[in-house]
Amino acid sequence: MARKLPHKDVAIIGLGWTGSILANELTDAGLDVVAIERGPWRDTATDFAISYAQDELRYRIRHELFLRNSQMSVTFRNNAGQTALPVRTWGAFMLGNGVGGAGVHWNAETWRFLPTDFTLKSHLTQRYGANFLPADMTIQDWGITWNEIEPYYDEFEYLCGTSGQAGNLSGELQSGGNPFEGPRSRPYPTPPQKQGYGHTLFAQGAAKLGYKPFPQPSGNLSRAYTNPLGVTLAPCTYCGFCEWFGCANNSKATPQTTVLPALLRKTNFEARTECEVTRINLDNTGKRATGVTFVDSSGEEYEQPADIVLLCAFSLFNVQLLLLSGIGAAYDPATGQGQIGRNFTHQTMSSALGFFDKDKYNFNPFVASGAIGMIIDEFNGDNFDHGPVGFVGGGYIGQVQTNGRPIESTAVPPGTPAWGSKWKAAIKDNYLSTINSGGACHGSMYSYRDNYLSLDPTYKDRFGRPLVRITIDFHDNEIKMSNFLTDKYAEILQAMGAKQIVKKPRKAPYDVTQYQTSHLNGGAIMGDNPGNSAVNRYLQSWDVANLFVVGASAFPQNAGYNPTGTVGALAFWAADAIRSQYLKNPGPLVHA
Amino acid sequence: MYQLTRRGLLGSSALWLLLSSSAARAAVIRGGIPWKPGAGDPPEPVTPGGWKYFTPQEAKTVEAFVDRLIPADDLSPGGRECGCAVFIDRQLAGPYGDFGGYYLAGPFVKGTKQQGPQSPVTPAQHYRKALAALDGACRSKYGGKAFAELTDAQKDEVITGLENGSLKLDGADGQEFFKLILKNTQNGYLADPIYGGNKDMASWKMIGFPGAHYDYREWIDKHNQRVTMPAVGIANHPNWSQKS
Repeated sequence: MARKLPHKDVAIIGLGWTGSILANELTDAGLDVVAIERGPWRDTATDFAISYAQDELRYRIRHELFLRNSQMSVTFRNNAGQTALPVRTWGAFMLGNGVGGAGVHWNAETWRFLPTDFTLKSHLTQRYGANFLPADMTIQDWGITWNEIEPYYDEFEYLCGTSGQAGNLSGELQSGGNPFEGPRSRPYPTPPQKQGYGHTLFAQGAAKLGYKPFPQPSGNLSRAYTNPLGVTLAPCTYCGFCEWFGCANNSKATPQTTVLPALLRKTNFEARTECEVTRINLDNTGKRATGVTFVDSSGEEYEQPADIVLLCAFSLFNVQLLLLSGIGAAYDPATGQGQIGRNFTHQTMSSALGFFDKDKYNFNPFVASGAIGMIIDEFNGDNFDHGPVGFVGGGYIGQVQTNGRPIESTAVPPGTPAWGSKWKAAIKDNYLSTINSGGACHGSMYSYRDNYLSLDPTYKDRFGRPLVRITIDFHDNEIKMSNFLTDKYAEILQAMGAKQIVKKPRKAPYDVTQYQTSHLNGGAIMGDNPGNSAVNRYLQSWDVANLFVVGASAFPQNAGYNPTGTVGALAFWAADAIRSQYLKNPGPLVHA
Repeated sequence: MYQLTRRGLLGSSALWLLLSSSAARAAVIRGGIPWKPGAGDPPEPVTPGGWKYFTPQEAKTVEAFVDRLIPADDLSPGGRECGCAVFIDRQLAGPYGDFGGYYLAGPFVKGTKQQGPQSPVTPAQHYRKALAALDGACRSKYGGKAFAELTDAQKDEVITGLENGSLKLDGADGQEFFKLILKNTQNGYLADPIYGGNKDMASWKMIGFPGAHYDYREWIDKHNQRVTMPAVGIANHPNWSQKS
């Protein structure tokens, strides 16, 4: 029998970026908030101490800061004709765990989507005609516009202290910034990070070819910054152990360095760690959440009653909990019915290796941050005419090499033996003079009828509940796009003076063993009516009015950018809707 | 809709695992950032001497193998001297050897390449089986000699045969074993020396990686210049102290 806990105004599932932002906003509004986090408490001084944070084996190869598959995993198949099998250890994506969530180990590339990304279906149909889109592509408009979300992008960037160069201030293009970005109301809170030799050479090569390079917006700060909550971050020291790692320097924007010190002081906030929410409880109408049930690390079960439930777990697990709790209808690709699980997307990543003359070039790859880099955005979104190329979508292209960590930095020219003295000589000769930017072509992935999430019929978690099952493959559209972006990147490497270039475009089928960012999205998408989405424009569940489902699970499709900026903006946007509308008048905020 | 039953909770105890090393931390946190002295979790340094997983014969084979994967030459000492076999031994004796953190519920079904590894055979078990089979294959092919007794040229022949699949092992997949031992050897060669390999940061000095330096601010603007900081590992760093 579950032990019933005292009532709270708000129960938040997960204490990562969205959980932290919403907890802070709602405690400010005077509500009593509890956040329930499956993983442990994490802190800079204990978990990413400066004396042992730079440990590639422990954190990058053995993934010690990540969710252990033994605690929770997923199953995967390329299509419904296959049997999904467990992801026994992470590969294509690595999932966070603990307080701070993926916000602890991200590389802090902090982007906004394009204005047209939010009205993608209407825009592409208008420009190219409905027949230009593949018949099984299921992209949608988000139900919000750039003008509506822009102030919330601003709010997230000022929370983080994001370092960047504005490209468009209220419609006026600014030199040195991204000429394609949507108009922003004010500059970034801190100036861009400094760039290394390889990144600078890329910008020179790109400019030679007529592009407009600009520095990547970075949550690894260029200088010390105190945010509106009074929390201070330090300047980044270009240590080269950013993504996969916690920052020992307090210079990476994370919930730990931006929100938690302020949040934890509040008497109306409580966090329960190493407690896993197993179910969102509903009343007998099925339309109202009464709270959540969770299990602590000793196996004891609790019921936490609450008036508002915020589902703030990682995107995949938001969808899993909706399905396990019987909220909404599960998506069936055969009929197209059901919203929960639909429009699952990842990212379409590609790169190329650039080998340079070792006697002329020394890139010092280990001097870098997670979000360092020079970028061109000419081939993102609908920033160029797709008519002649026969695909839609795109991505930023950049020299975004984040590190020279040795185990990961053994790229050698094709034909080099995999072992022996020749291998040793090749890694020595190429280590300092190779451009090896894994995230160079950051391509979009649009949504399709047959890429979706569901519950696995066979494999269970440690509580006996079904794992979430991923069914995903690449479609021709994304493969064409990847080839295109990779070719453009290779041209820039050529202009930089590379002596040998090895192109690595993305190839089908989707492989769950090859890392492609952890940008998993969709499955509980936002939209303008319950017939096409799981949540409304405020991320409120259409089915359960006192439940909000916040995160990248809301993206109807993925864009050619890292998602966290948009995830942060949506969290602030939802918080504002709850504070200014829902609390005054609880109930559905949108009547469709 | 799934109702969690007490049976469901305890029935899957086979998968029950310590969630983290932070058992001492409070589960309910309020009123401030939790802190207690000595709560850090530095890595445990590997001390060489003896074998924790390998039998003496297995250790001999592995030392011989890593010394061909990474031969001694002007660029660096060989894999054995660099401690790669010690590294692998300690890794196999620890959670890595036993699929620590892996999802281990069945059924175990072989899937497509894209679905990733589905074998229940742990790295430690894999080495045990493959090393025995390797010696068996060598004795057949080279007149009764085990791998460690072959000439360097013969060892290289054997390794090449595993790599390209032409040399079969009885009861083990030679190509999969080659990939595993190659990965583990190179990891040991390039990882921080605290784990038993990369002795004296030999590989880092060879390639030009300065190691565990946290502050490169003076170097970010020095384009195309060689960083002159001497290489340092976690345990050589002035900030390092072992947990008592």
